Amino acid sequence: MSMSQRNILPVDMAEPDTVREQDAVRDEAADASPVKLSVQNLNFYYGKYRALKNISLDIPANRVTAFIGPSGCGKSTLLRTFNRMFELYPEQRAEGRILLDGEDLLASGQDVALIRARVGMVFQKPTPFPMSIFDNIAFGVKLFETLSRIDMEERVEWALKKAALWDEVKDKLQQSGASLSGGQQQRLCIARGIAIRPEILLLDEPCSALDPISTARIEELIAEFKADYTVIIVTHNMQQAARVSDYTAYMYLGDLIEFGETEQMFFKPGRQETEDYITGRFG
Amino acid sequence: MMKIDRAAQESRMAHFARRKRFNQIALTLALGAMLFGMFWLAWILWETLRLGFEALSISFLTETTPPPNEPPGAGGLANAIWGSLVMVALATCIGAPVGVLSGIYLAEYNPRGTLAVTVRFVNDLLLSAPSIIVGLFVYAVMVVRMREFSGWAGAVALALIVIPVVIRTTENMLALIPAGLREAAYALGAPKWKIILQITLAAARAGVITGVLLAVARISGETAPLLFTALNNQFWSSGLSGPTANLPVTILQFAMSPYENWQHLAWGGVFLITLIVLGLNVLARTLSRGTTS
Repeated sequence: MSMSQRNILPVDMAEPDTVREQDAVRDEAADASPVKLSVQNLNFYYGKYRALKNISLDIPANRVTAFIGPSGCGKSTLLRTFNRMFELYPEQRAEGRILLDGEDLLASGQDVALIRARVGMVFQKPTPFPMSIFDNIAFGVKLFETLSRIDMEERVEWALKKAALWDEVKDKLQQSGASLSGGQQQRLCIARGIAIRPEILLLDEPCSALDPISTARIEELIAEFKADYTVIIVTHNMQQAARVSDYTAYMYLGDLIEFGETEQMFFKPGRQETEDYITGRFG
Repeated sequence: MMKIDRAAQESRMAHFARRKRFNQIALTLALGAMLFGMFWLAWILWETLRLGFEALSISFLTETTPPPNEPPGAGGLANAIWGSLVMVALATCIGAPVGVLSGIYLAEYNPRGTLAVTVRFVNDLLLSAPSIIVGLFVYAVMVVRMREFSGWAGAVALALIVIPVVIRTTENMLALIPAGLREAAYALGAPKWKIILQITLAAARAGVITGVLLAVARISGETAPLLFTALNNQFWSSGLSGPTANLPVTILQFAMSPYENWQHLAWGGVFLITLIVLGLNVLARTLSRGTTS
């Protein structure tokens, strides 16, 4: 796609509208929270393919923000720019600004490891490391802190308690992480993520490989995490977005169609496309 | 309510009968091929056991190779066994680290780069190169220059056979590790070397060790690379300089000889190597089954 073609896409014209709506929503909200992550004119490319088109939105601190949309809409791509995960693949490239507390994450001077210490991530499939449950958690902590044995034990216990896994594993911390069930493994990954004490937690479809009971447990956790973290979740499951999030962003084909308070998005969405998707009339 | 009309049902039954017949034919062919292969393998094992077993005694393991025409039971293969052990161990110590490190490069660092593609191609060539070529190469670059056959040259030749096997298995095993595991480690802010050492290599550990064991099994029976390098020795050698006794070349020499006591010892050596290779393969199997989940 050439530059000139890109500029005449009608979707780009829609962008200022969206931003205005979202600002209006913010003004109405009584408990408006400060902005934690501000995405400004973000474009993303897989080689020549443009997967994100001029995305701008402000993600509030200590809230749960959900990204919904059909497969291939760019929601996971967007999430992977927040911790610069895409840089593992040389053909992927992001342009624009992502401000974390006013600091541009995409700036070249930023240390990627330090960004990832501030922005934790949990993936779709549970990924326990090939080591004990204890070491799964200690691995990340050791990257940034030198703790005594006792402090480390305390930290591991704290993280496992936070992820509601402690009671199930406290007697087998030296067993392999792979010996746990799928739902337990995912909570282990969450514990591993929060053990390094991030400010933002990115969840990329964290429940799509789990059974309903495990899903419910993780949704409970997400609600609790709001107090300490800014949570950003990508989900295919609209009921889940409605259940756990305060703000919802609907994306389609690389565009941010609408962003606002979850209640408003689900009960009286501002745009026809959003309503079609949410009500299931979408093709 | 569903009703299948008669014609459709008959055609379905005919299909099913044909499929069943075809299945039986395929199964018979597969079983036959398997039995054919197993038959020769079992015969080889039986013959080595039958002919080698009577040569086995304490002296077989403790005494050096005897002169020709001694009475049966005199002398053994101790010098050849020891020489083989030392050379195989040395070759593994040289070849395995080089192979594992190269495999890590191919799998973890720019696997589609020009260097990686070239290395992979050359490695495939080495993997299928006849081992006598490796022997001649080491003869030309080491034996000729040092003006003597030596155990060192033998170990280097064996190492050159270990390297491509280990490179291939290490790369394959690392490539099997799901990308999600690497991404999860990167997402914590871990540096690449730490991820490779503590996560991907740890996850592929059983497979990598299996590859090394299979390489050891392969070189413990290799004759051609040693013919031109270590040669052989009637006597106990204390070091690796100078011609060094080893099992495969001793077996070759003794089996070709007209002396009955040498022929017996050759069968004993064959039996021993078969046992070692079998043991290494079983060990490799149990390891790869035990730890990969």
